[in-house]
Amino acid sequence: MIDLNTQSLVLNTLTGSLIAIFGGLLAVLVVASSIGYVLARRARTESAQAVIANLNARTNAWWLMIAAIGIAIYLGELGVVLLFAFASFQALREFASLTYTRRGDHRALLWSFFVFLPLQYYLVSEKWYGLFTILIPVYGFLLLPISSSLGRDTTRFLERTAKVQWGLMICVYCISHIPALLMLDIAGYEGKSVLLLVFLVLVVQASDVFQYIWGKLFGKTKFSPAVSPSKSWEGLIGGWISSVALGASLYWITPFNVWEAALIALIINIMGFFGGYVLSAIKRDRGVKDWGSLIEGHGGMLDRVDSLSFSAPVFFHIVRFFWT
Amino acid sequence: MSIGEWVGRGLCSFTRFVTGLRPIWQAPLEQRQRIFIANHRSHGDFLTIWAALPIVMRRRTRPVAGADYWETSKVRRYLSYQVFNSVLIPRKPSRTDPNPIDLMGAALEKGDSLILFPEGTRNLGDELLPFKSGLYHIAKAFPQVEIIPVWIENLGRVMPKGVFIPVPLLCSVTFGEALHLLDGEDRQEFLDRCRQKLIDLAPSTQS
Repeated sequence: MIDLNTQSLVLNTLTGSLIAIFGGLLAVLVVASSIGYVLARRARTESAQAVIANLNARTNAWWLMIAAIGIAIYLGELGVVLLFAFASFQALREFASLTYTRRGDHRALLWSFFVFLPLQYYLVSEKWYGLFTILIPVYGFLLLPISSSLGRDTTRFLERTAKVQWGLMICVYCISHIPALLMLDIAGYEGKSVLLLVFLVLVVQASDVFQYIWGKLFGKTKFSPAVSPSKSWEGLIGGWISSVALGASLYWITPFNVWEAALIALIINIMGFFGGYVLSAIKRDRGVKDWGSLIEGHGGMLDRVDSLSFSAPVFFHIVRFFWT
Repeated sequence: MSIGEWVGRGLCSFTRFVTGLRPIWQAPLEQRQRIFIANHRSHGDFLTIWAALPIVMRRRTRPVAGADYWETSKVRRYLSYQVFNSVLIPRKPSRTDPNPIDLMGAALEKGDSLILFPEGTRNLGDELLPFKSGLYHIAKAFPQVEIIPVWIENLGRVMPKGVFIPVPLLCSVTFGEALHLLDGEDRQEFLDRCRQKLIDLAPSTQS
């Protein structure tokens, strides 16, 4: 009895939970790297070798990304805010690089990169919720077209303005809802909001990994080859079930009970899937496979955070509405 | 190493940092004498090509630039002569000016490679401008020197003509396969072919 109590006490502290989670991730990575090593030695055909090389590049990138998040959490709130500000910056770069803009948009782009992006993350760090939610959808929406119109170039004007706004929404506004979880005050959960962030990122990213594994092993029926050739129904269903199970099993780090954790995991899984799907549609339209080449094996930053971008605001609102 | 060389290295690192520069080699990189011809939208164009080349090749790869611009201030002269080792040519030569073709020829005779912007000026429009005829005369006089088309993507958007703060977009430079003047090819045919080869290198995401 005493043992159980101390155990739950340790797990209930922030540090205890973080050590358990990151220790688990470390174990998974060691296993994944070992499997990758064995597969690489056994792969005979050229196409098999290419798939395994890509798998191992992905695993290696996961080491780095998990280390980055771990260090950011260790550094505290500012570290977390800066990490996601960097993710937004890189994603916005990738988005704007593949978007048609003209010389007249130069100033609007400068505003996006050097004013709206830093300001949005400043509001997150200041926990200024009111302005945080309207800065980009209202003030960015109104001010950026003014700046573009002063470029005195009307060619495809609406399209250009809309694309700048869209890039800001996806890459900055939506992504900033991940560190914004730190501003939520939940009774009986004080000081542990960072675990909500861990829950969100882990469930959504794990879903991508599970979908990849299920798809590679059993994928037959294509979901929609015209938009995303690699997504299959088998991968999707398998990935969702695995990821919802993971979410439910993580209920102890959240203010949710098991069923709530499972339901929320399902919702953010569905949103995350369509995040990747919608951004795939844009990539196909632009004639590219990846948004960039920052993270080896994964493509660009936006390829990695597209699912988070769609799930983070919904997750944020669910928690804020029902738990605060 | 001279101070000028360090400045050059610093500028190349800065360019790579701001643009996230990605070089794409469609033909393997060989160390031989070449004329790189590229689209021209920004003062930084030459630097992206330079930054994409290995350091050993940079030293002997010289930009061809307009003397009317690069001779006009102390900083510009320093960059031209001490850092980039530019070949400065008069863009509208008067009778007393040296012939631009001779100036480029002198550099090629020394074994140097050149970076040339055959549109002749920074281009603000959507389409590549027609090429100036200098490229043809050079190709005819130096048939052994390979001509490499190089497409610079996005830099014109990072820092278009007349702006001072760069937008941090990602850039790439695509090096195409070598071109030569063909037997019996006349001036216009050759220039049009080079121009088309350069356009073909542009990523499909242009419009």
